[in-house]
Amino acid sequence: MTLKELHPGQSARIDEIDARQPGVVRLMVLGLIEGAEVQFENSAIGGDPMEVTVHGAAISIRKQQADCFRISPIGSNV
Amino acid sequence: MSEVGTTYVPIDKIRIRRRPTASVAVIGNPNSGKSTLFNRLTGLRQTTGNYPGVTVEKHSGTVQLSESALELVDLPGIYCLGGFSSDERIAIDVLLGRVEGTPGPDGLLIVLDATHLYQGLYLMQQLMEIQLPMVVAMTMSDVATASGIDISIEVLQRHVGGIPIYPVVATTGRGLDALKEALEGIADTPAPAIPESWPELSSTADQLVGSTEGVLSRIDIIHALIHPDGQRAEMLAKHLGHQAVDKVRRELFADEPPQACEARHRYSWVNNVLEEAQRKAPAIDRVGASSLRWLNRPWPATILFFAVMALVFQAVFSWATPMMDAIDTGASLLSNQVSDMLPAGAVSSFITDGVIAGVGSVLIFLPQILILFLFIILLEDSGFLARAAFLMDRIMRTVGLSGQSVIPMLSSFACAVPAIMATRVIPNRRDRIATILAAPFMTCSARLPVYALLIAAFVPDRSVGWLNLQGLVLLGLYLLGIVGGLTTAWILKRSALRGPKPQFALALPEFRLPNLQTVLIKLMERARIFLKRAGTVIFLVAILVWGLAYFPRSAEIQTDLKTAVMQAESTMSGDQLLAEVNELENTAAAEQLAQSYLGRSGRFIEPVFAPLGWDWRVSAAVIAGFPAREVVVAVMGTIYAVGDEADEASLTEKLRSASWPDGRPIFTVPMVLGLLLFYAWCLQCAATIATIRRETNSWRWPVFAWAYMTTIGYVGALLIYQLGSLV
Repeated sequence: MTLKELHPGQSARIDEIDARQPGVVRLMVLGLIEGAEVQFENSAIGGDPMEVTVHGAAISIRKQQADCFRISPIGSNV
Repeated sequence: MSEVGTTYVPIDKIRIRRRPTASVAVIGNPNSGKSTLFNRLTGLRQTTGNYPGVTVEKHSGTVQLSESALELVDLPGIYCLGGFSSDERIAIDVLLGRVEGTPGPDGLLIVLDATHLYQGLYLMQQLMEIQLPMVVAMTMSDVATASGIDISIEVLQRHVGGIPIYPVVATTGRGLDALKEALEGIADTPAPAIPESWPELSSTADQLVGSTEGVLSRIDIIHALIHPDGQRAEMLAKHLGHQAVDKVRRELFADEPPQACEARHRYSWVNNVLEEAQRKAPAIDRVGASSLRWLNRPWPATILFFAVMALVFQAVFSWATPMMDAIDTGASLLSNQVSDMLPAGAVSSFITDGVIAGVGSVLIFLPQILILFLFIILLEDSGFLARAAFLMDRIMRTVGLSGQSVIPMLSSFACAVPAIMATRVIPNRRDRIATILAAPFMTCSARLPVYALLIAAFVPDRSVGWLNLQGLVLLGLYLLGIVGGLTTAWILKRSALRGPKPQFALALPEFRLPNLQTVLIKLMERARIFLKRAGTVIFLVAILVWGLAYFPRSAEIQTDLKTAVMQAESTMSGDQLLAEVNELENTAAAEQLAQSYLGRSGRFIEPVFAPLGWDWRVSAAVIAGFPAREVVVAVMGTIYAVGDEADEASLTEKLRSASWPDGRPIFTVPMVLGLLLFYAWCLQCAATIATIRRETNSWRWPVFAWAYMTTIGYVGALLIYQLGSLV
């Protein structure tokens, strides 16, 4: 499962990142790295880009890049 | 104290201005409260300049301490020393003293946002590698406490090599005294120990320092390894050979992007630090936060965005009108005063129609620009602009740009000059240039007087359904600008500026109340930059156009005028005489303009514009408008002999009755629509051209933009006129 498939309000832990895809490194610098806990907060109309938070900091991420983050969901679905 | 003086000033009221003895760079994440702290420390003792070769503004100011003074250099807010954007590149160059004319700092003041230690400590770790003395100001600690984040400063300090950390509340000034005391001795404090987050990189860098004969420092080498396309990487390769460097890189990063490896190592260090230094209570929802959360949902947020933008435009246009009218009236009153005092002639005309009109045409833009800037700064500082970029990203992607191009394009509806400067936040050069070339298409405030005149004169004032036809045409012209700009970006991104899709990774700050002092300082600075950049160009253009329209002066026309006026005086009196003299003067002015350089060039160029249905008078007005489109209405007023300050009604009447020698009307519907389209698309603004030149650092793009926009404006007007005339 990748970050792209998360539902609004759901949290997940990042397991693996395909850092070679364009635009992914920038997101890693902002704190989306392996082991980090992320929460999908909101999106723009149409679901893209997504707003995720890591350690309370909100980051905008496009679905194309979100697909490069393999995750495991935490807790129950909201 | 001397006893000679008669007034005594209490010793504590004497403010001694010391000259700065050392320079300290202020650095931190965007939205960390860095600017507010900088303004708080330096007050109004700030200067703004430019770093050579790049378009990043250099802010510096002096902070007065009890024993000495320091120069503070405010660096752009960044997340890493990575080189993703020009802001990041300039930050690292300043820190390492690689910028011409800016010696490297003697110390760093790091601004760490207590609510975002995660990203803050990442940058801080990179800064610790630079090995300069440091002091940390921890902002937002009050907000952090309120939201249940408990930070142990002692533990944190231990982890960051003993760097002193001072909690401050920049808005109220709490904690500033202790911070200033710490800054006093900063230059003599030892640099912090380097954090052990990536031992392999550290030891490799240490080894390589020796092999470059001291040309590259340890931090230079780290940067050269992590950023293979930078200048330092080239220098390193020169010393060690490309193969050797590649081998080192492979050992360190395997086949992953170096910055990805760096992020992993550094964030794992950050996580360790936070685990010990920060305790999070179960999140206490701040009052109101949850009730406002629905506003962030896709549809409400988008609707709110459009509502706010509508409000901003409403304010820009309606609030500015009284001020603009006042400036207009003031300028003409002053002109009248001067022309009453001076004998009629070149000097009087130069001062009234050249200088006063020129200054007036600069000032007339200020109300709109200031109101627009005020809103943009408020939206920026409250965190709204980043949200707007987020919401609009999808739409901008269809033309090959990203959400970050939205703000410059919106600013462009008031004026393209600040809009083009606002493109600096766009990291990719190709995307930035595409945005720069799209921005001048948006209907700026200088186009409005021309639109208003032509629409009022030639579009019937009747309703179409529940809409007004004149309003519809104006709306159509706005849309024409948007379509022109977006299509241009789309074409460019598929041709000359083709490249990888623009990335869009943006930190979204929380909504925050902007700080008044910071907003006002920013507003003053942007107004100053506008006056300096655009103002000087607009003023010079006004003088130039005046010269072209005034010279050469025909003595014959003036003599004839005098005779005619004398004749009128002998036969008429009262209001009739005044009207007659006014009429005679306007006719003479029109004749003078007809044989001036401007009038002659209008006749000369008439064949070029004849296929568009324009006569020499329209052509002359258009030529006058090329350096600054807003002068067109005044030139038309003079050329149609109603005076340059004529009310619109009399000019409208003249335009309607203007005809070709054979009696056909000049201003037909197809001709007017073509002329409007020409104005919508043509780049008639020397200030914009100068700004594009500055921001792209070459003549290539401004020349291209001018030629391209003029061509499509011409072709569009030609097609409309020719096809429209067939019907």
